Amino acid sequence: MKDKQLVVSAIKNGTVIDHVPATALFNVVTILKLDKLETMVTFGNNLGSKKLGKKGIIKLSEVFFKDDDINKIALVAPSAKLNIIRNYEVVEKKVVEVPDEIIGIVKCVNPKCITNNQPVTTRFSVVSKKEIKLRCHYCEKITNSENIEII
Amino acid sequence: MKNKSLVSITDFTRDEYLRILELAAEFEKNPRQNILSGYVIATLFFEPSTRTRLSFESAVSGLGGKIIGFSESASTSASKGETLYDTIKMVSNYSDLIVMRHPLEGSARLASEVASVPVVNAGDGANQHPTQTLLDLYSIQKTQKTLDNLKIFMVGDLKYGRTVHSLLMAMSQFNTTFFFISPEELKMPDGYKMHLDQKGLEYYETNDFSEYVREADIIYMTRVQQERFTDPIEYERVKNAYVLRRNMLEGTKENMKVLHPLPRVNEIHTDVDTSPQAYYFEQALNGVFTRQAIITSILGIK
Repeated sequence: MKDKQLVVSAIKNGTVIDHVPATALFNVVTILKLDKLETMVTFGNNLGSKKLGKKGIIKLSEVFFKDDDINKIALVAPSAKLNIIRNYEVVEKKVVEVPDEIIGIVKCVNPKCITNNQPVTTRFSVVSKKEIKLRCHYCEKITNSENIEII
Repeated sequence: MKNKSLVSITDFTRDEYLRILELAAEFEKNPRQNILSGYVIATLFFEPSTRTRLSFESAVSGLGGKIIGFSESASTSASKGETLYDTIKMVSNYSDLIVMRHPLEGSARLASEVASVPVVNAGDGANQHPTQTLLDLYSIQKTQKTLDNLKIFMVGDLKYGRTVHSLLMAMSQFNTTFFFISPEELKMPDGYKMHLDQKGLEYYETNDFSEYVREADIIYMTRVQQERFTDPIEYERVKNAYVLRRNMLEGTKENMKVLHPLPRVNEIHTDVDTSPQAYYFEQALNGVFTRQAIITSILGIK
């Protein structure tokens, strides 16, 4: 009998991003620009999770992130956990932390903001991390978690 | 303050405000001096504003400076699609300081980062208009002889009015007690009240001001605009409640002054104009001295 299981279970070296809320998986893909990767990437979504109900998971072969880069996903997936894999073993576990400043990534909620009308990279200071509140460096308006839109 | 752009009222410290007001008082005594001779000031008005532009231009002309610029964007390359970034890069080459008004919010912050010369924000959409705030502070200090421990009544559109928001932020450094008088739909936003809570300052909210008006040191009027209301009937119902009439000033303190950023439509009845407590036209004149103080201190002349 043929073995019908796909070979996705383990990676030799790389990063596993686990406990991503199912609704945020594709935002994580956008933020980390995973669509541009040439190495092996495996996604799973709407998997059962005791904590989140439904979760997503991403396995990235031969990819290791800098803290500054991976922390950007905390905006949409604050619950995400990272497993760093070397030679099939988990060598390190990490949680993500919302950075103090967000450059690019998020669109300003204010339609009259200069960043929504001219070619200007958005920039926010994070005024609240628990319930995310971002203050636009330019128009000074607050973008909060329910209206965060990923560029 | 040399070479420091003025984009938002929070860019300057309390001591810097006080220094500007001190200089403004000097310019009031002597508004014609030749100290800006040889300087070129650009006034870039991407949307029309008669009062603010004339006030800046009068301030610069009185000190012998030259002005280049435009009063509406239709006659500029912005109408051909040039970005603000490019316009500011170019104008930086031609001037020592840029005064800018632009309809987009955050435009002044961007300009200050792009320009090689300092930028003074003369209004970026509904966001900030710090020179208005400084002239308001000057008017308050001049009429009350102090900025400390005053009772300020803000009346009208407290939700969208950027002048009241900036004035609140600035005056919150001087132990002010605030009274907010507005229709329900146009109340002071929570963010500003939270700021006062954090500072431990007292404030009162009401929709009827006759009850407390005797305590006022300053009544700061703003216009209640019909287009702010979702319900036109509600506008009709409340519009007259926020019109100041002379008989409402009976029994108020002698030092009390009525301020308004202008233009006024009907929110201050013309019968108030002849009251010694009306101060809005002098307030506009103070704008010239305050802007002279801002420009010369940023250029490092004063």
